[in-house]
Amino acid sequence: MSDLKVVADPGTHEIVITRTFDAPRDLVFKAFTDPEAVAQWWGLRGSETTVDELEARPGGRWRFVQRSGNGGEEGFHGVYHDAVAPERIVYTFEYEGMPGHVLLETITFAEQDGRTHMTDRSVFQSVADRDGMLQSGMESGAAESMDRLEEHLAKG
Amino acid sequence: MRSDRLNDIFAALADPTRRAILARLTAGEATVTELAEPFAMSLPAVSKHLKVLERAGLIARGREAQWRPCRLEADPLKEVADWVEGYRRFWEQSQERYDRLDDYLRQAQGKEEPDDQTTP
Repeated sequence: MSDLKVVADPGTHEIVITRTFDAPRDLVFKAFTDPEAVAQWWGLRGSETTVDELEARPGGRWRFVQRSGNGGEEGFHGVYHDAVAPERIVYTFEYEGMPGHVLLETITFAEQDGRTHMTDRSVFQSVADRDGMLQSGMESGAAESMDRLEEHLAKG
Repeated sequence: MRSDRLNDIFAALADPTRRAILARLTAGEATVTELAEPFAMSLPAVSKHLKVLERAGLIARGREAQWRPCRLEADPLKEVADWVEGYRRFWEQSQERYDRLDDYLRQAQGKEEPDDQTTP
């Protein structure tokens, strides 16, 4: 049973997600920072993720492309500000479907009894950006609206 | 959706009597007298509730001066449902992402699937 928590206090710029994983934090840290590992789990179910670049060090870049079942492609990229194995990663995150809306994500891992407690804090540039992310489930929302646009155009 | 509009809708829905009135109206139009029947409440008190529902756009009232039957307006409820749906989707996507990470971590540790029926 997952202990996922999503906290987004009204009027703030933040979303804080916490979740415990049944694995030591070395392994969880690797899951977030090793290109081959990321490709195996990142993104939504039914999608495939290609890791274009992932250099988890200060100033290093990352870019992932998520391909959904219907052939749609969504790009995400950013820059690592910090990566301290196995406890902390700090990077910027930008969805290429909405360029210019950048958030800063800090993920920390704490280990207890062989399990890892993750805290993932995202700080958005505005309350509106934060609410937008919460409201649409940004990626799929954008993908769906593009699908709807296509359908609409196909109808002539 | 404008947030003052959402405020009106949620404020209207925050009262059990008003929700009961909406539930009654899903069965069809009703007059104030009919709507008042199940409640130990004066007609003016029910009228007050109806005004709140009307202002939120959740009900509409007929033009006939004495009759004025109330009917449900579904659109604002749909807007509320859409608003909630956005959050539900964000939540579900977060669940989905981390469930995939669980799967990866299980595999990486050489562990069986949790639903695997083989005995240890």
